[in-house]
Amino acid sequence: MSTIILLTLTGLALAAMYFLLAAGLSLIFGLMDVLNFAHGAFFTWGAYAAWWTIVQISGEFRATTSAFLLALVVATVAGALLAAAVEVGLLRPLYQRPIYQVLITLGIGLALSQLTAVIWRPDARTFPQPRWLADTSTVFGARVPNNRFLLILAALAVLAGMLLFLRKTRYGLIVRAGAENREMVQALGIDVDRAFTLVFALGGALAGLGGAFGAAYFGSIDPQFGSVNLIFAFIVVVIGGLGSVTGSALAAVVIGLAQQFGNYYTTWAGDFVVVLLLAVVLLIRPNGLLGRLR
Amino acid sequence: MNQGRRWRALWPVAILVAMLLVPRLDLRIPVLFDGPINSPGNLQLLAVGFALGLAALSYNLLFGFTGVLSFGHALFFGAGVYLPTIAMRQWEWALGVGIAFALLGSLVLATAVGLLAFRTHGVYFAMVTLAFAQAGAVIVGKNVGGLTGGEEGLSLPFRRLPKWMVGVVNTDHLYWLTLATLIVVYLVALRLVTSPTGRIWQGIRENERRVEMLGLRPFPFKLLAFVISGLLATVAGIVYLFLVGGATPRSVSAEFTVTLLLMVIIGGSGSLWGPVAGALLYHYLNVRLTVWAGSDLVADLPALFRQPLRDPLFIFGIIFVLLVLFFPRGLAGAFAGRRLRPLGRSLGGAVPAAPMGRSEELDR
Repeated sequence: MSTIILLTLTGLALAAMYFLLAAGLSLIFGLMDVLNFAHGAFFTWGAYAAWWTIVQISGEFRATTSAFLLALVVATVAGALLAAAVEVGLLRPLYQRPIYQVLITLGIGLALSQLTAVIWRPDARTFPQPRWLADTSTVFGARVPNNRFLLILAALAVLAGMLLFLRKTRYGLIVRAGAENREMVQALGIDVDRAFTLVFALGGALAGLGGAFGAAYFGSIDPQFGSVNLIFAFIVVVIGGLGSVTGSALAAVVIGLAQQFGNYYTTWAGDFVVVLLLAVVLLIRPNGLLGRLR
Repeated sequence: MNQGRRWRALWPVAILVAMLLVPRLDLRIPVLFDGPINSPGNLQLLAVGFALGLAALSYNLLFGFTGVLSFGHALFFGAGVYLPTIAMRQWEWALGVGIAFALLGSLVLATAVGLLAFRTHGVYFAMVTLAFAQAGAVIVGKNVGGLTGGEEGLSLPFRRLPKWMVGVVNTDHLYWLTLATLIVVYLVALRLVTSPTGRIWQGIRENERRVEMLGLRPFPFKLLAFVISGLLATVAGIVYLFLVGGATPRSVSAEFTVTLLLMVIIGGSGSLWGPVAGALLYHYLNVRLTVWAGSDLVADLPALFRQPLRDPLFIFGIIFVLLVLFFPRGLAGAFAGRRLRPLGRSLGGAVPAAPMGRSEELDR
């Protein structure tokens, strides 16, 4: 019983991390039709920014609570700035050529991820976190690391915040309308370009935050950190339905749990089941669970 | 004018003859190559480049000529690398049977994946193919059934190979084998893309809906392109396997597909020879940059420049971005001027295709 509780909670924490990556990807695709391969690099940079902050404040081996909290902020800001810079500087010239947009994000992702290897060497580094975060709490006999709970709470807060933003604010309205019909929104005289930058920066911020939390979850970081998780985030986005934040949340839970349980019982079944799920969902519902029809 | 055209036709033949003669040329090209050009190391460098060129060419039939973006191509290259190795090492089959098994397996696999994946479009198609390739990568990497050797990979049992293929001294034989395969596949591909079927592929790339309006069903043509390009990737995998003497999980990874895409973009997706040149250049730089990074020449540079040189992927990422921004038609585009057709705007239906007339603006 305690194993099942442990697996469920760690699975949900994994789902929370995927959701932080996937929510931005999904919004970006919904609004801009860009499958953003650079998203994994934002995630990696978030993780490295968090690590760097902690090392600057409290050294390489231990972290204070305030250093960790500051690291979360730095990671989020770093992700947002990086994403905004990429959108304004590199993607904007290519809005007439969608295939090249996908390709350029691939190149950007490759270069940005490898840049961390260039600056901080390619080998993995331990991610220091405050004692209370790495400690375990006992839930119905299962000893669960505290960072799992924090990750789940953070993802729930982000989900609530995004739904509020999308449904209650003027910009949220523009983003939703733009995802529905971009030309029409433009025709109404609204500056969609600014919405693009905003959505990209928002996605980057979530990816950066996800990177910091992901670093705490796995306990170490390396330059390939983002691209490994990006594949699963893509799967989450596509299963959930491109452009749907709720869909991403739902799919993240399914994928996180399936992967965690599968990998516990065999070494390979978890990753395999995830891939199979994607194929099955797409063949039954070609637009994902909650995706709009195209 | 007429004479100029005749000379242009002679160029490929001249390059081909030079390439065929390389193993017998005792030529030294300082900086570019260490030692004589026909040393086993240099021959290996070129031959692996040809094998990768073959893979890039097969990928481009799908991506550049049919306009279908697949992220699962490594699955078929990996089939060419792994299936003969497994057949020969684990089941002790003969070389010929192993090759036939790989081709047949790839044919079945490509047909099955294609049948399923083409029920979706565009980005979704890319994701489904990625998923199938990842499934293959998981099976290989986690050593399911103890067949694949897991992360370590699996070496080719050399006693099952004919003598002329084994050993460093016979690198020239493998060089010719790879080059010959590349030439044959190139001619087959040329025949294909100029055939009526090839024309329809290019029609689908430009505007799938228009092809439908002409009364043709795009699906069988896309499936055919997928299966043929998968089979040719398997052929590339097989010759690659002979060159490197074993199978490693990298050959089935998503990164490998990204590498192929990179080669195609470097070379130019609108032409047949572009991706081959792109693959050669990519492989050459990938190997040589690390050599240069370790040389005295670089050691004197300040750390700011030295560090990035040690990381070819970083440089390739930047090259990729610059190419997409400024030379979207790659090497081939730079040579061919305006003759090449640009890559269509549509992503196999994900994005509404532009009317034909508007593809002109891509030329600039």
